[in-house]
Order: sequence, then C-alpha cells, then structure tokens
Amino acid sequence: MDLSDTPEEEEFRARLRAWLAAVLPGLPPKPPPDDWPARRAYDLGWQHRLHDAGYAGVHWDASPAIRLIFLEETEKAGAPYVGANFVGLLHAGPTIAAEGTAEQRARWLPPILRGEEVWCQGFSEPEAGSDLAALRTRARREGDTYVVTGSKLWTSHAEVADWCELLVRTDPEAPRHRGITWLALPMDTPGITVRPLRTLAGSAEFAEVFLDEVRVPVANRVGDENDGWRVTMVTLSFERGTAFAGEVVACRRVLTELAAAARGNGRWDDPALRRRLGRLGAEFRALWRLVQWNVSAAGTSGGVPGAGGSVFKLRYSHARQELYDAAADVLGDDCLDLDRPWTLDRLSSLSYTIAAGTSQIQHGIIAERILGLPKGR
Amino acid sequence: MRFGLTEDQRALRDATRRLLARHFGGQALRAALDGPARPDRALWRALGEAGFFSLRLPEARGGAGLGLPEAVLVFEEAGRALLPGPLVATHLAAGAVAGAATGEAVVTDVDGGLVEWLAAADVVRGDATGAVPLRSLDPLTPLHRVPSGRPAHERRDVRLTVLLTAAEQLGTAGRVCELAAQHARAREQFGRPVGAFQAVAHLCAGMLVRTETARAAVYAAAVTGDPVDVAAARLLADEAAVRGARDCLQVHGGMGFTWESEVHLHLKRAWVRTRRGGGVTESEEVVAADLLAGTA
Repeated sequence: MDLSDTPEEEEFRARLRAWLAAVLPGLPPKPPPDDWPARRAYDLGWQHRLHDAGYAGVHWDASPAIRLIFLEETEKAGAPYVGANFVGLLHAGPTIAAEGTAEQRARWLPPILRGEEVWCQGFSEPEAGSDLAALRTRARREGDTYVVTGSKLWTSHAEVADWCELLVRTDPEAPRHRGITWLALPMDTPGITVRPLRTLAGSAEFAEVFLDEVRVPVANRVGDENDGWRVTMVTLSFERGTAFAGEVVACRRVLTELAAAARGNGRWDDPALRRRLGRLGAEFRALWRLVQWNVSAAGTSGGVPGAGGSVFKLRYSHARQELYDAAADVLGDDCLDLDRPWTLDRLSSLSYTIAAGTSQIQHGIIAERILGLPKGR
Repeated sequence: MRFGLTEDQRALRDATRRLLARHFGGQALRAALDGPARPDRALWRALGEAGFFSLRLPEARGGAGLGLPEAVLVFEEAGRALLPGPLVATHLAAGAVAGAATGEAVVTDVDGGLVEWLAAADVVRGDATGAVPLRSLDPLTPLHRVPSGRPAHERRDVRLTVLLTAAEQLGTAGRVCELAAQHARAREQFGRPVGAFQAVAHLCAGMLVRTETARAAVYAAAVTGDPVDVAAARLLADEAAVRGARDCLQVHGGMGFTWESEVHLHLKRAWVRTRRGGGVTESEEVVAADLLAGTA
C-alpha cells in the first residue's frame, strides 16, 4: 500500500501544475451555459491547448495513475472541464483506438485529440434505456451504404456535434446482443433532426435525435457487422472508471465552502448540521481513496476498471445528492433561489443516480458479477 | 502510487487467515460461547508467536519492524474471525508492558467509561478503581463500567485504537457480506434461490459497496496515519460493519434471529466496537472541524 507518487508521477504532476499556472490566467471567460456554439468553441479551444502542451491523449495512453493525477490537478487548478469533448475523448475515441482499422484511427482520432471535432453518443432510445440491447433503430444495407431509421435519446451535445457514435440494429432476427452494429455518423447527413430536450434544471443539456433514411457509408462501421455490442462494451467500462474522479475533488471543495458558509450564517452552531457535514467529509475522503484503489487495481491488472467502477459509481452518485441536500440545509430559505449556484447543482445532481446505468442496474451488476448471485428479473 | 496490497502484505493476510482458521474455527467459537469468559491462553500465545502483537516493534526489540498497514490487515482478519479478547489494547501495549508482545500477558485498558475483559486481563492500563461488571450485550466481550472513566482525548493511543478497531469492523463487514451472499445463493423459496430476488440481491450489493468503500478509507488511514483520515475511516467502517451485520441478519430471515446462527455475534461485536475510542460523534466532529481548517 503506497499512496505516494513514483518519481515519474511526481515529475508529471509538477510539470502539469506549472503549465496550468502559466496557461489558466490567459483563458477567455467561460461562455454562458445556453450558448452552445460558444461552449463548443470554448471546450475545443481548451482541448487544443492540451494537445499543444502534450496532454491531449492522457485519457488513452497514460497509465491510470497518471490519468488520475491529470484529473486531480486540472480540477484543483480550476481548469475547464472536458465538456463537449467528453464523448470523443472518453467513449468514441477509445472505441476507435481499440477496435478501428488503421485508416479509421488516422481519420477520426487526430481531430478529437487536436480539439477540432465534437462527437455525440447515439445509444439510448425511447424504448431502450437501462436495457440498451433492446434498441430498435434499424439499419438496412444497400451496397456500400447503411440506411438508418429510428430515434435516439439523451444525446448530449447533439446540436454542435460533427459525429455521432451510433448503435443500430442490423439483424433483427439475431439474438438481441448479436444483431447490433457500431457506426460513425456525420451529423450533417440529410435526414437527421435534432430536437433539444429541456431538463428539470431548465437547461437544454441533451437532445432527441430523429433519423429518417439516413445514409451512412459502410466504411464508417467500426468492428464487424453485428459485433457492435462487444465493440461498445469497451467504452462503457471507461465511463465507470475514472470519469468522475475530478468531480470527487470538486465535491470536496464544495464541502469546505459549505462549512465556511455555515459558519458565516450561524448554521455551524447546530451540532446536527456539523455532524452531517463531518459525515460527508468522511464520505468524500473515502471516495477519493476508492478511486485511488480502483486505479491501482486497474494499473496492476492492465485493464480498465471493471465491477469496481460500479461500486464507486453507485456510492458517488448518492453522495453527490446528499452533498447538495446538505447544501440546502446550509442555505435555509435561499435553497429555493435558483440564482444560488448550489440550488442548480442540487437539481442536476438528481441525474447522477440515473445516467450511465441507474443505481438499481449497478446493484444488479454487483450482485451478479462480484457476489455471484443468480440472475434475477 | 501503488495503493494495492504488496506480495508480502497478501502473504501476511493469508497466513493470518489460515492461523485463525486453525486455532479459532467454528467449533472454537462455539466453545468460547459456551465456556467461561476468559481468553484462550494457548491461542493468545500462538498469536504472539505469529507476531500479531509485536509486528510493529523494531526487529531489535523482537518485532517484525512492520507498519500500520500490516497491523490493519491482521486486525481485519481478527474481525472476520470474531476473535475475542482485548486484542487492540494488548497490541498497543507491546513493547511497553512486559509479556504483551509475546502474547503471555493479556492487557486491557480503560476506554471512556468502559473496560473490556477486566477480570481476565493480567494488566490494566488506566484507572479501573471501582469498576462494576455489567451484563454485556456481546457474549464474547465481558464489560465493566468505570465510574471515574477518562475521556478519549486524554488517552495516549486513541488514534491507533480507533484505526485498529476500524480494521476489525472492516473484517466484520466483509465477513457478513460473504455470509449473506452464501445464504442468498443456497436458500430457496418460491422455487428459486432468494438471491434471485432483486430486493435481496440489492441488500447484498449494498453490503459490498459499503465494505469496499470502507476498505479504501481504512487502508488509506493506515498509510497516512493522519488523525482526520483515521476518524473518517472509523465512520465508514462502523457503518459498513453495523449495517452489514443487520442486513445479513435480514437476509438470513428467521434463522438470523436464532442464537445458533453466527450472525448476531457479528452484530453484537460491531456494536461493542462502535463505543471504542470516543464514539461516532467525536469522529464526526473531528472530520467536520477539518472542513473549516484553512478557512480560519
């Protein structure tokens, strides 16, 4: 058990810190949350800087421990989030890197890394949420082209994406996991309609995407026809690995801000509130250690985090909701004021136990894959 | 960063588990339950020989020169096995009280208003004047009340008491999760294993989540030795042990409510341990106070 940096890790951390300190003061101001083109430009611009400084592919080719240092230090320094680059860097990119041909890697990866192209994800559908393999969007082969018809849901950044990593059903007769294919869809193809979806927090964070006889070249298929389920599983384990590590750092900062605010408005004198914040402090300390534990395990097994990621995801998503419930307690009447940032954060925290596999799905994964309990429905 | 167990640490954990299985298996547990409340001296010496009490002492003083991470691993095993006796107090007395390191002297200490194993101990640290026995909730932990008592923060080893107790709680949490999963796989109702029902499966998964989160916190606290890390680890480990044991009992259904089942012993021991080193409230206050540190 060793929590200290190796010489290589220490060097990486020091170099990154120095670079962040030099570059962050010169960043343009953050665009307003509802200005999508400006957000796209801002997020791509940040990725471009990362690329030029040699940090573009940290999510892919660095060791898990280095990746964690990257997430920790960028968050601590207040650097921009991955934002619109999320799908490219954490889903589509790793999938293409692992399963694509040399030609496909050369076409799609450099623009992701340089911050030139945005990807979105077309997986979920109105009838295929937790049960992703139930997806119905149909692709029929016509020579060198797939003709795609159907609809996708919860597609973040669809309005400003250049590409969509799309799961389609190519063989409706096959068992459901075996008739699915992974396609790269250019978002300017005729037949695509994007309808923004307003979340309960009031903003349009994702969209519904309708596909009507959309023609996609067969050359845009990654992996074999009907092998898309296996191809996709590579990306899903990435999502449950270190994707939230930076957020744990952020939550710990929010917690100290909560404590300071509580002392400011007198709520700190309430032992029940103090103890509640103490418990949350313990919780987020432990979650950070759990990230380090999972990352170390991934480093030694050489793979991406597996079921350990489910343990973390489950615990973290609930802790985040408890954090903002406690924030409401600190705010008092102000917890009803949408102009207080914690109020909006409380609303968005509600998605955490649903997105990327609901808590109930995660419980099932743990029960079956770690504890060996029989499959149940 | 290599947070996982080293080869040596794995070997130590496995050897401890084998040693405890040999000396304190299911039958020995039953015998201890039916017999008089005193530590098994042969077992105590076997633990001493294996270095259970002395492992953190320097080699020149008969120890193994190991650190808190190793101590935490062996105490986790002790917790798993429901090993009775004032193990933490004796471990912390090694090097300071003659015979503690080798397991020849059984040492207990006054912790808050309670002393564990007072009548059976060779040495008592702290002032136990006027101690009165109480009818202990845990059949394998005799307890005395001490009128004078002493607050936790006045004790020398409170941080280590809390950490090693958290390690025992972690062992309990892991064990009850295994017991629950085993039962859920084997016990059939309505024509299938009860673990096939989501309501039961999700209880078991929750136990595992709490255990693994506590594990990360306890191991990290052993590495850093930081008092806030230790307080945090204790909160997570107490929760994992107590809620785990309760859910394990629930998964066992009617069998879980019997004296014959092992489950209640885990719950009772876990409850006893929550009273050590100043209780949960103090640990919550320690972590809370740290949130304000740096903003003063």
